[in-house]
Amino acid sequence: MWDSATVMMLVKETWTTLFITLTSTLFAYVLGLPLGILLVVTAKDGLRPLAAVYKILDVVVNVVRSVPFLILLMLLIPFTRFVVGKSYGPAATIVPLTIAAAPFIARLVESSLLEVDKGMIEAAQSMGAGTGTIVWKVLLAEARTSLIVGCTIALGTILGYSAMAGVVGGGGLGDVAIRYGYYRYQADIMIVTVVLLIILVQILQVIGTKLSKKLDKRNTG
Amino acid sequence: MRKFCCPFFGILQKRAVCGMIRKIGKKYSALLPGKVVKHLYCAQIGNEFFNTRKEAAAGQDGVHMETIIQVKDVSKTFTGKENTVEALKGINLEIHRGEIYGIIGMSGAGKSTLVRCLNFLERPTSGTVKVEGRDLSALSERDLRAMRMQIAMIFQHFNLLMQRTVLDNICFPLEIAGQKKKDARNRAKELLEVVGLSEKAKAYPAQLSGGQKQRVAIARALAMNPKILLCDEATSALDPTTTKSILALLKDINIKYGITIVIITHEMAVVREICSHVAIIDGGTLAETGTVEEVFARPRTRAAKKLVFQGDTGSEEMNRNLATGKRCIRIVFRENSSFEPVIGNMVLACGAPANILLADTKDIGGVAHGQMILQLPEDEAVAGKMISYLKERKLEVEELDHYVG
Repeated sequence: MWDSATVMMLVKETWTTLFITLTSTLFAYVLGLPLGILLVVTAKDGLRPLAAVYKILDVVVNVVRSVPFLILLMLLIPFTRFVVGKSYGPAATIVPLTIAAAPFIARLVESSLLEVDKGMIEAAQSMGAGTGTIVWKVLLAEARTSLIVGCTIALGTILGYSAMAGVVGGGGLGDVAIRYGYYRYQADIMIVTVVLLIILVQILQVIGTKLSKKLDKRNTG
Repeated sequence: MRKFCCPFFGILQKRAVCGMIRKIGKKYSALLPGKVVKHLYCAQIGNEFFNTRKEAAAGQDGVHMETIIQVKDVSKTFTGKENTVEALKGINLEIHRGEIYGIIGMSGAGKSTLVRCLNFLERPTSGTVKVEGRDLSALSERDLRAMRMQIAMIFQHFNLLMQRTVLDNICFPLEIAGQKKKDARNRAKELLEVVGLSEKAKAYPAQLSGGQKQRVAIARALAMNPKILLCDEATSALDPTTTKSILALLKDINIKYGITIVIITHEMAVVREICSHVAIIDGGTLAETGTVEEVFARPRTRAAKKLVFQGDTGSEEMNRNLATGKRCIRIVFRENSSFEPVIGNMVLACGAPANILLADTKDIGGVAHGQMILQLPEDEAVAGKMISYLKERKLEVEELDHYVG
């Protein structure tokens, strides 16, 4: 199996996986971060309690999160085709991945922001800070390490999901594992792809942990 | 001398009083009415804060002090799912410019809610709060935020931003106000000097001690040149020595910048240390207000008494006022029969009178409970005899020697 064509293919698909994962995570954050902030801000004891908005967002997030990814992937095929023009390949994987990950990320962001000490928010309010300032300079700034840890978790999860997209020919390592390992019984290639996936998750995890530690000033002894 | 001055206020014209006071001398210029007074006595306070308290009280009698915070019929009800809690019931308060005003109460009395009503972090359910004559409830969101910049606040747990350096923390209110970064930094450096932490500019809050954190919080509070500083249990997380230094700093700020300070606390010692006026809050209502002097000398309500006589040091203030250089002792009653006239017998047995400075005893099932503070005769032999007499009666006797002048 170690002929150059296979190796080249594995390298290429590793990059594809990385590309899918990073791009999906990025887009998912574009949706999920504001969603998470909105959940915190409009909650009952939030900065701007808005029961109706909170309730709707809460339900939407729960509903999307309850749909198994594989099913969501199928359900979204028409939408994916509408957005990227086709329903297979890396670009087409990004669409369902983004939509599946966004609510998950919203919850991660929500829990990170809720960790911020209420006293700091109160202090900022007592200084005359508005909601925007508090979100930006208190909530996000103070929760940054927790947000990075959350982001690392999200990357790992999305990487796993991206492998699932192999079922519908989504490209990337998951696709390879299914095509070679499952359909053609080439167990060795499947093992290699799994190892590669593990290495990728490991690398992302190390980077995330390092970064969050470096940015955390709470334990600066 | 001071005592003589007070009654004159009502009778004489301003000018006459001024003339007279000039003659009386510098020290009493605090009795001059109005703003000028504040400056004068502020400048002269020095170490004699204790005296100025009386003068501040006299100043209020003069009716010329300017009200800076007015709380009228403020009530606050928290509505939960199952129960509603009336945190404040019909509170009326008036705080004057330049005062250090203590609001004291047991935990759960509603004092923290009350202080949050002063900057509308909590909106009262009913009633009005006026700051500098402006009704906070009538302000738009934007105006309220602008107003809050004038009402700084410090907290029990400091509430510094943990991910920012000390310097950036102090810059924070200036950022909110939209100041230029460079100006903000310069101002922050100035303030760090005021609180004596210049060398910590680049440190993070996690690297500071509690007292240092509170100093940073104070510097941050001062950044916008506020007119009022609200302190919510600001020293409750600190040890006694640090508490003293923080209180000294607050006092300093009050004098130097003329900032009105409102102190929320459950510790009488804090009020005694720096407040000129005090309000006692109990179960959401205002039990008692007045100058610290008055309330300490003659607490009228149960809540006040409970706070005034709390713990071993409950009567320091009294001793300082009344005991002028004589030996004082504190007796604690625990197991004596309330039917036995211990003090009367002691006086008869020793053949000399003892002055009762404070007596707070209760009869619980025929047993006396409580405390008394006696001023003993100057004669050492007689005083010694009295102490041993009391000790024989199985009373706890404690000499309050550190208050003997």
